Amino acid sequence: MTAVLLRRLLRLLVVCFGISLITFLLLHISGDPVAMILPEATEADRATLRETLGLNRPLLVQYGSFIGRAVQGDFGQSFFHRSPALPLVFERMPTTLLLTFFALALAVCMAIPAGILTAVKRYSFVDHLATLLVLLGQSMPVFWTGIMLILLFAVAWNLLPASGWDTWASTILPAITLGTFQAPLFLRISRSAMLEVLGLDYVRTARAKGLKEQVVIIKHALKNAAIPIVTVIGLQFGVLLGGAVVTETVFAIPGTGRLIVRAIGQLDFPVVQAGVITLALIIVLINFIVDLLYLYLNPQVRIS
Amino acid sequence: MNATTPDLAGQTISLQSSLRRHRWRKFVRHPLGVIGGLILLVVFGSALLADYLAPHEPNKQRLIARFKPPVWAQGGNTTYLLGTDNVGRDIFSRIIHGSRISLSVGIAAVGISLLIGVTLGLLSGFLGGRVDATIMALVDIMLAFPQLILAFAMVAVLGPGIGNIILVLGLTGWERYARVVRAEVLALREREFVQAARAIGVATPTIIFRHIMPNTFSSVIVMATLQTAQAILAEAALSFLGLGTGQSYPSWGQMISLGRDYINVAWWLSTFPGIAILLTVLAINLLGDRVRDILDPRMT
Repeated sequence: MTAVLLRRLLRLLVVCFGISLITFLLLHISGDPVAMILPEATEADRATLRETLGLNRPLLVQYGSFIGRAVQGDFGQSFFHRSPALPLVFERMPTTLLLTFFALALAVCMAIPAGILTAVKRYSFVDHLATLLVLLGQSMPVFWTGIMLILLFAVAWNLLPASGWDTWASTILPAITLGTFQAPLFLRISRSAMLEVLGLDYVRTARAKGLKEQVVIIKHALKNAAIPIVTVIGLQFGVLLGGAVVTETVFAIPGTGRLIVRAIGQLDFPVVQAGVITLALIIVLINFIVDLLYLYLNPQVRIS
Repeated sequence: MNATTPDLAGQTISLQSSLRRHRWRKFVRHPLGVIGGLILLVVFGSALLADYLAPHEPNKQRLIARFKPPVWAQGGNTTYLLGTDNVGRDIFSRIIHGSRISLSVGIAAVGISLLIGVTLGLLSGFLGGRVDATIMALVDIMLAFPQLILAFAMVAVLGPGIGNIILVLGLTGWERYARVVRAEVLALREREFVQAARAIGVATPTIIFRHIMPNTFSSVIVMATLQTAQAILAEAALSFLGLGTGQSYPSWGQMISLGRDYINVAWWLSTFPGIAILLTVLAINLLGDRVRDILDPRMT
């Protein structure tokens, strides 16, 4: 058990290192940020700025100092906002995480009961309907879903705001957009996980004992089906955050995703680096927790 | 399995062709797979024949015909079946031409991912040891990065454009193939026919490419089909965010993005390109699901 934990921790460190290296390298083979900051300056002025920003040193040295400062939370000044990059990311992170959380909660509340129902009533009308919805849901681009919702609820019926993140009402459409983006997969997974468990001997035994069907399903079957469901939900967190970036753009939500997309357009390296690394680290940490949870939930792994 | 003795060869071939017939019958029996195939045929057809099928030049601007609604809406006419955009370009023609971007990006990106992923998976699974550890660490890193976010960063570096989008999506989508192929190789290398090949002194590359690789095909084909759908969605998302294939040629994601700006005046701008994406991706998913059902030996 300790060995497994240590291996997971080591992997966590390797992944963090890899993420920092990729992020660093990527943005340093791109265009010249100095030309973006000072479009009309003389070459001498640009050289001075390059000097101050440390952009003229060898790559390896730059990476070294980048890591050194990054672990202290210092990603440098945003070229565009003229303020430290990491706080800019952190300021907007609660919005992004809240959106992700709403969407996740919505997706789980829709998908898992539906998944259980379709597994129990396999090949029924409800099951076929759910399969159809899953297929449609998985084929819809998330930003298009958002726009269609805006067209209906904001433009046509004038019920909800089309953009922003300042009132409770304005969070509804983004959460539904991102939630329906994830729900199909969750439904699929919980259905197949339940089906697998429902066919097992111990479920038959529970039924044979004369337990109520609800007890069999909720207490006996669901408990074991939970392992793959939890794993998939955890592993999907990255995809969900990626979707949040797009959703934020559709609804003009002032979150981290929109910040990063804009920073890319402005070649604002520090903000892109701080944003991408923060998002990646959150995902790595969540995957790590899911791993631990998996170890805990699965007695086979726990005992060996 | 490729090891066949000469006197059995004829029999093997007839077995294979009967298996193929059996699979084809199985495919045709299920309506959803056939529907998917037919939709896809239409999309492929419009990509190939876009120049002949599109009633208008996709980039031709006609300022007197701005914001024409689709033919069935009030004020619409048959010249512009699905209406026009803010500079009077024909939506229907742009959707037909846009299929080229979606299909070529989807297929080419998956091709690159396949090449990288299958190669690394084979090496990782067969060689094991340090090579395996390094490749798997790389896979872990790639899995930790959400594809879309890594793709943003890469597009920022390389700049937009169709070649770069293909490269970016190809480079960010290979880790699943590597994982699955590795797992299959680990299972296969202990099998008797591989052990036998090794015992009679067959060279390692031959074992990998002739004996092991063909046996990983069915799961790889299924994944590649479904990944094509994902790549098309990813391209659309990048184009939507303005990090896509550029303005010179219409792409569905970009058209939806333009529609977002005029959402209060012209609903058709983003609705129809979205339906095009939906149908294409749905068709690929339907087909992929069927192919999986047929190729998965546990189901046969």
